[in-house]
Amino acid sequence: MKAHDVVELAARNLRESVLRNSLTTIGIAVGVASLVAMLSLGIGLQQLANRRLTRSGLFNTVVVMPRDLDRGPSRRDQPSTPARPLDDTAIAEIRRVAHVAEVTPEMRFMAEARYGDKSRFIMVAALPPSARDREAFDGMTGKFFSSPEAEEAILESDFAKELAPDPKSLLGKDIVLQYAERGGTPNTASSATPKSGDNEEGSTVGELIASGFSVARREKALRVVGITEHEPTVGFGGMGRSRVFVPTALTAKMNVMLGSDLREMVRTSYRGRAYMALSVRIDAPSQVQPAEDAIKKMGFSTFSLLDATRSLRRFFTILDMFLGIFGSLALAVALLGIVNTLVMAILERRREIGIMKAIGAGDADVKMLFFAEAGVMGLCGGLIGVTLGWAIGRAINIGTNVYLKRMDMTPETFWLVPWWLVVAALAFAVIVSLGSGIYPASRAAKLDPVQALRYE
Amino acid sequence: MSSAPAISARDVRREYRMGNALIRAVNGISLDIASGEFVALLGASGSGKSTLLNLIAGLDRPTSGSMTVNGRELARMSAEELARYRRHTVGMVFQAFNLIPTMTLLENVELPMRFAEVDRGERAARAQEALERVGLSARVTHRPMELSGGEQQRASIARALVNRPSLLLADEPTGNLDSRTGEEIMDYLRECHDAQGLTVLLVTHERPLADRYAQRVLTLADGSLVDDTRVPATAAPVQRGER
Ligand SMILES: Nc1ncnc2c1ncn2[C@@H]1O[C@H](COP(=O)(O)OP(=O)(O)OP(=O)(O)O)[C@@H](O)[C@H]1O
Ligand SMILES: [Mg+2]
Repeated sequence: MKAHDVVELAARNLRESVLRNSLTTIGIAVGVASLVAMLSLGIGLQQLANRRLTRSGLFNTVVVMPRDLDRGPSRRDQPSTPARPLDDTAIAEIRRVAHVAEVTPEMRFMAEARYGDKSRFIMVAALPPSARDREAFDGMTGKFFSSPEAEEAILESDFAKELAPDPKSLLGKDIVLQYAERGGTPNTASSATPKSGDNEEGSTVGELIASGFSVARREKALRVVGITEHEPTVGFGGMGRSRVFVPTALTAKMNVMLGSDLREMVRTSYRGRAYMALSVRIDAPSQVQPAEDAIKKMGFSTFSLLDATRSLRRFFTILDMFLGIFGSLALAVALLGIVNTLVMAILERRREIGIMKAIGAGDADVKMLFFAEAGVMGLCGGLIGVTLGWAIGRAINIGTNVYLKRMDMTPETFWLVPWWLVVAALAFAVIVSLGSGIYPASRAAKLDPVQALRYE
Repeated sequence: MSSAPAISARDVRREYRMGNALIRAVNGISLDIASGEFVALLGASGSGKSTLLNLIAGLDRPTSGSMTVNGRELARMSAEELARYRRHTVGMVFQAFNLIPTMTLLENVELPMRFAEVDRGERAARAQEALERVGLSARVTHRPMELSGGEQQRASIARALVNRPSLLLADEPTGNLDSRTGEEIMDYLRECHDAQGLTVLLVTHERPLADRYAQRVLTLADGSLVDDTRVPATAAPVQRGER
């Protein structure tokens, strides 16, 4: 028999006992719905967690330090010679590692911040453009830096309160940073010369000529663009809280003297610019390990929270499995429904099967007919079920968000039905329905037509 | 008589085992039926008429012996080959009509053509035409239950012949009908036989009917062939259709 004839006959047979077959189909629908609902909850929760973790920057960031600064257990393998410094060559090299999205030198420096008649000696930290997406800026007052080299600053909210009773009034105002600028070596001392515009005073307060470079005091006015509640840096360095944040590229341009400069000068003969640490952002959490290995091979020590993501992923795999099993239970019951319905149909249509065989139906035709009935019920049940599961998910998500809003929390999408789940659920429904049709179909095919036609 | 017989049975047996008892439904029958013959099969209830008919139809397999139809040994055919044989070579008519109650007449008559994979358009036309020929063109969308017994049997004959078989097997086709309607059906069967050169094997237990319509009457008793009589061609002019 041709395939479309099989489907046509199957469909009309299903229509003949509409009530029973719809009940069976609804059973499948409920099973598929519960499976879809459970799995989409699992997927949604996982994505929510992933999203949060990715935005926190903790799980796709590798912190790179020179070997001799590592305080970890590998201290014993430390070479006696000075370790490779984290300089611009190292940064360029690390940038070339596969899946490295961004390399940011950890730049912190002490400075005197002045606003009106108030001045404080504080820690300043540099932020790369990618920090814009960090969670810490979610509830921020004002905006992030307008460009990578913008002469702008973001203030930590406690510090802002110290400067002005109404911190909001600081937005759009200028604060002045007084900081140490690192000059060139005496031989190439051009950069020690004050530049107009950038520096208001431009007076060289002292020359540190310890076989090295000069240091000059500079001032810079920065426009306050934002005030943040939370510390936005991925802080493993821990040099105390930073109060003012400035763009990384601006810091580099300002040629600020960093703590690491002093360290290199005192400890080694290296006179280039070196950093205490680098934050290396990897484009996907799964690529953190290979990237970390590659950087280690260059002669640096690294640190990441990779292991934490790994156990988190394991947790979600197990959670998904459990949700899947619970969801499948209803489907398993529904499949028994298919078997039951079809076996009943065989009993009822015994004579009909006998007639069909007498007028030329082969065993395969009869088998395909019952198979198709199972498949059609599976497909319809799957379609209804996916829709139902999606609706249930939506409803619960909306309900929970209403609750979250009332509790003054930000609404979240923790319920996600990705397209592949829809396709997979449909395919699964059809396949398992066909599977449960195997027994009834082969039983129908094996029916002896002489016996079936014998009695009325 | 023609050269090769349409049906040729050699010592065919069909036995059923019921506990310790062995029931010989067909007990060593040998016979030849020529192509285009109209044969009646007489016998008391339980004599094995239906069993023999089912063996010829390929619905059942003999316990032993050989059954050859159109030169092909049925016992050597696979289940799929037997189905194809029933589809194209055999048409069956039953006492209980055996139309599928959930289908209209047209759908019932179309069904054998679905198994034969006839194209949709041709199928509808041929089913329509077959129903017209039995005078049911006005009832094609009716379900079997809405028809009289005679009409149902006419529809079932239309279904049996729609795939143009060479062999028509009828198991008491008039058993559920009054005598007048029964005669109508028999007339129609003879008409088909005469016009299409069909080989007809008709099971009945009404001797007058057998004598009147058949060219040859076989009598079964307890699974054995006890009589084989040729009826002189008096009742009606019979054209031997050789195919
Ligand atoms: N499946 C079976 N199991 C056991 N015995 C059977 C079976 N089928 C048929 N028989 C027996 O075989 C014998 C012949 O049966 P069959 O149906 O061929 O008779 P029949 O001549 O067609 O009778 P009727 O005129 O009543 O239709 C009967 O005795 C019957 O009981
Ligand atoms: Mg019988």
